[in-house]
Amino acid sequence: MISLFRALLELRDARIRNLHPAYASLLIDFDPRKSSHEKLAGLVEKLARQRRPERARAPSVVTIPVCYDTEFGLDLLDVAKSANLSPEEIIRQHSSATYLVCFLGFSPGFAYLSGLPAALRLPRLDTPRKNVKAGTVAIAGSQAAVYPVDSAGGWRLLGRTPVRMFDPEVTPPARLVPGDAVKFVPIDRAEFDATFDKLSNTTPGAKSETTPEAMERP
Amino acid sequence: MPIRVNNPGLLTTIQDAGRHGYSHLGISSCGAADSLAYRIANLILGNEENAAALEMTLLGATLEFEDAAVVAVTGADCDCRLNGKVTPMWQAIEVAPGEVLACAGMKTGARAYLAAQGGFAVTPVLGSASTDRAGHFGGYRGRKLLKGDLLRIRQQRAAKSRRARRLQTNPLDTLYPPSPIRVTRGTQQDLFGREAFEKFFSRAYVVSDDSDRSGLRLKGEAIRPLSASQFITDGIPLGAIQVPPDGQPIILFVDQQTTGGYLKIANVIAADMHRIGQLRPRDSVRFAEVTMAEALESVRQQEEWLKTILRS
Repeated sequence: MISLFRALLELRDARIRNLHPAYASLLIDFDPRKSSHEKLAGLVEKLARQRRPERARAPSVVTIPVCYDTEFGLDLLDVAKSANLSPEEIIRQHSSATYLVCFLGFSPGFAYLSGLPAALRLPRLDTPRKNVKAGTVAIAGSQAAVYPVDSAGGWRLLGRTPVRMFDPEVTPPARLVPGDAVKFVPIDRAEFDATFDKLSNTTPGAKSETTPEAMERP
Repeated sequence: MPIRVNNPGLLTTIQDAGRHGYSHLGISSCGAADSLAYRIANLILGNEENAAALEMTLLGATLEFEDAAVVAVTGADCDCRLNGKVTPMWQAIEVAPGEVLACAGMKTGARAYLAAQGGFAVTPVLGSASTDRAGHFGGYRGRKLLKGDLLRIRQQRAAKSRRARRLQTNPLDTLYPPSPIRVTRGTQQDLFGREAFEKFFSRAYVVSDDSDRSGLRLKGEAIRPLSASQFITDGIPLGAIQVPPDGQPIILFVDQQTTGGYLKIANVIAADMHRIGQLRPRDSVRFAEVTMAEALESVRQQEEWLKTILRS
């Protein structure tokens, strides 16, 4: 599925508007003014037959630094209690697993990661939070994720990364893409603050709003 | 030079034909909710079809123009006044320097489009001027317009070549017929029985107040799948009609999430998608089934019709 998705993405076929990969499916959104189901199905079958071995491109491992300070990991202590483990053990397990990016959805840049250790598997919160800050690292069920933009969210929060997970002004705008492998690396609060400040001051898109200067001059 | 937002209305954003090609990164297409009213506004002005325009919701905006401009308002029926004098929709409006264009509440329909000759000037983000409110980017500072915002119109290098044109006939009957919204059965149709489809195609549903550009929540007789089994998350096409466990359908729309886990019973056809953008809270809506071939033929006919609407 991932290899078919990548092959279609690389085609940059103008008839195809969007690709929505998920766990076990790939939705192809095409422009009905430019093509038909039959033509697209023919293209997909051809690409699927070519079935490039998966492949020359080993999954790239993306490391994400995480500060597990309880100011960010609002649910860390509750998760530890429910799992009957110490907070240190939750952090150790969360940061020793290797995760796979299954697909993105929910919000811009939100990657669903599989590979959460069994001891950390807990249901979502009964009531979602209205505002989860960008960069918050969270778990739900058998999945892990990083909230890339400020949004509502019902997952359990373990920490925060100072790294920008979504920035529409850089290419690619999302730090994680389907098929990537992910490792979380614990950092302390001082390192979080230092990295966060550095990125906030140097990343062009580091503001939550487009600046007035970005309005095109006539 | 700029256009000052004296009153932003209820929810006014900059939109264009949508931001395509990034769904796999969780980025929704956004774009004008009534894509046809939006396109016609640009056609009238001789603009590029995907020039950035203002989408106003239920209650329009009041704009003060420092310079002369040519604009057009299309879509939902709203009382537009230029310096207090009623001015018609669906045709070019010449605005003199210092004049104020006020768009009031919409009587029928939910969204009106205000296009300007040359298009509104915003820096495209990921290839589109559309506002992505979930990602806080695109459009005007990634948000809805606020009082005091200053908008600019793209200067027209070849202004002379742009010529406003009149419509041949009133397009309203063709754009917004009173007939049911046409849908095709979804890819998960096997998970719903005959009874579920009979209900869905025979009952009227009411648009709930809790509806927006990401989805329209409907209230009416509950639809049940054959079994209550959970379904694994998959991609969501524009106009998919989801049925969550409470059985009340949701039409997923332009600002929708790109993936989701609820079962989908049907999908609005491309040729009727713009009509979804004109549904207001408490409107009643019915659905009628068409085949995929009919859906494709409808969109082809619609494109042909769009080529004929302007007076030569």
